[in-house]
Amino acid sequence: MAGSITTPEAGRSDRMLLLAPMLMFFGAFFLAPLLLLVVVSFTNDQEMTILGTAQYEKFLSDPFNWRVLSETILLGVKVVACTTVLAFPIAILFVQAGPRLRRFLLMLILLPLLTSVVVRTFAWIVILAREGVVNSVLLSLGIIGAPLQLLHTELGLIIALMQIELPLMLLPLVSVLSRLDPNLIAASQALGAGSWRTLRRVILPLSLPGYAAGVLLVFASATAAFVSQSVIGGGRLIYMPVFVYQQATTLFNWPFAAAISVILVVAISMVALGVNHLGRTARGNIHG
Amino acid sequence: MGSFDFDRWSYRLVLGALGAIALTIMVAPVIVVLVISFTADNAMRFPPSGFSLRWYEALLDTVASSQIHRAALNTIQVGLWATAIGTVLALLAGLALARRRGPGARTADTLFVTPLLLPQIAFAVAALVFFSLIGFDAAKPAVIIGHIVVCVPLAYKTISASLSQLDPALLESSSSLGAGRLRTFRRITLPIILPGIAAGAFLLFMASKDNVAVSLFLSDARTNMLPIRMWQMMEGTLDVRVAAVSGVLIFATLALMLVMERLVRISERVS
Repeated sequence: MAGSITTPEAGRSDRMLLLAPMLMFFGAFFLAPLLLLVVVSFTNDQEMTILGTAQYEKFLSDPFNWRVLSETILLGVKVVACTTVLAFPIAILFVQAGPRLRRFLLMLILLPLLTSVVVRTFAWIVILAREGVVNSVLLSLGIIGAPLQLLHTELGLIIALMQIELPLMLLPLVSVLSRLDPNLIAASQALGAGSWRTLRRVILPLSLPGYAAGVLLVFASATAAFVSQSVIGGGRLIYMPVFVYQQATTLFNWPFAAAISVILVVAISMVALGVNHLGRTARGNIHG
Repeated sequence: MGSFDFDRWSYRLVLGALGAIALTIMVAPVIVVLVISFTADNAMRFPPSGFSLRWYEALLDTVASSQIHRAALNTIQVGLWATAIGTVLALLAGLALARRRGPGARTADTLFVTPLLLPQIAFAVAALVFFSLIGFDAAKPAVIIGHIVVCVPLAYKTISASLSQLDPALLESSSSLGAGRLRTFRRITLPIILPGIAAGAFLLFMASKDNVAVSLFLSDARTNMLPIRMWQMMEGTLDVRVAAVSGVLIFATLALMLVMERLVRISERVS
C-alpha cells in the first residue's frame, strides 16, 4: 500500500514533485541572479562586456573603501556586544517567569520584529533629534546644558539598531534557556555558589548554542541594516550597504556595485563561519 | 540571615537595570510614535502641546494623500500575491522535506533559509541586474518575485516546524485504514498543521509589507510601495503624516498580532 505524502514511505518521485516548484523558483530567481551578480562583478566596464578583476582592484586599492568595510564589520561587532549585555538579563528574567509573564514578554519581543523598519527608524529620529525626546528630557532635568548630537552618530545608530537586534538575539537565547534544567541553578546555589558565580559557571556556558545562533543573526542583520544605516547614520557615516546603493542607483555603476556586494557577502560569511565553528565547539564541550 | 546579601542584591540590581533598558529600547519607540501621531502641532515635538486627530484626517484626504493611498494599495496587493504564492511553495517544499535527513534534503533546507542571512541589498542588486538583462520590465511582478525570495524563508521555517511535530504514527494508521494520500493529507495532515501554515503566511505578509531593499531596487514610480513612500516623506521636510501612517501601521500590527496570538499562538512559533 502506498504511504501518505508525508510519511517516510513516500516515493522519491512524489517528493521531487512537491519539491520542484520551490527548487525551480529558487534556482531561477535566487541562485541565477546571485550567480549573475558574481559574473557582473568580474567585468571591467559599465557595459559589462570585458571580463576582468578591475572592480576588485579598484575596491582594494582605495583606503576609503577599506575603511567602509572595516567600519561595517566593526558596527556589527559593537551591536553584537551591546545586544549581548542587554539580552541576557531579559532571557534570565524570562526563564524565571511564570507562563503569563512569559507570554507577555514574548509579545513585547515580537513587537519590534513585526514593526516596519521605516516606522522604527522614524521613531528613533523623533527620539534622538536635537529637539528630540532624549535631549528635551536631559535638558529639563538640567543634566546637560546644550543638546547632544545623537542623530547621525555611530552611538545613535547602535542604539536604534538594538531595537530590532535584541529580539533577534532573544528568540534563540530564550529557546535554549527554557530547556535548561532549573535544578541546575538550584544545585549550584545549594552548593554555595553565589548568583554571579552561577551566572558565569552555569547559565552562560549552557546558553552558548543559542547565543551563537543569536550572534549570527544579529551580526548579519546589523551589517545589512540599510535603512537605519542611511537615515540614522546620515551622510557622513557610510557603510557597505549604503555604498552599494549609491553605486547602483545614483551612479549606475553595476559592476562596482556587484563587486562591493560580493565583498560584503564574503565578509559576512567568513564571520558567520567563524561564529558557527565556535558555537559547535562550545556545544561539543558541554556534551562531550 | 538578616544580613545584607551583597552578591544577591548586586545581581538583581544589575540584571534589573539592564533588563529595564532593554525593554525600553524595544517598546518605547512604538509608544513615542503613537503619541506623536495624535499631535495637534504643526511640527513634531515631544511631548505634543495638544492632541488631535488632524494628521489622521489629513491622511484620509483623497487628493492630498493620493500618493500614500496608491502606495498602500500597491503594498497590500504585492503582499497578498507574495503570501499566496510563497505559502504554497513553502508548504509543498516543507511536505517534501519533512523528516528527511539525507544530504540532498539538508542542502535544500539550508538553501531555502539562506535569504534570511544574506544582506538583502546584495540580492536586490542581483535581482535588478538579472531582470534588466533578461528584459523583464514589469515592475510589479518583479517586486512580487523579489519579495517571495526574501520573505518565504519565514513561512518555510514555520511550516516545517509544525510538520516536524506531526506524529508519523497518525499518518501510518490513516493509510493502513485505507485512506489514500490526498485523503490523509486533507483529513489528518492539513488540519494539524493549519495553524503553522497560517502563522507562516502571516509572517510572510508582514515581512513583505515592510520590505524596503528589494522594493527600492525593483519598483518604479508607478509601483511606489508604502515603506519607500514613507522614507521619501521622512527625508524631505519630515511630514507629520508619516507619524499618522506609522500610527495606522502600529495599530494594524498590534491588532493582527493579538488575533494571531489567539488563533495560532504566534509567539510560540517565531524563532
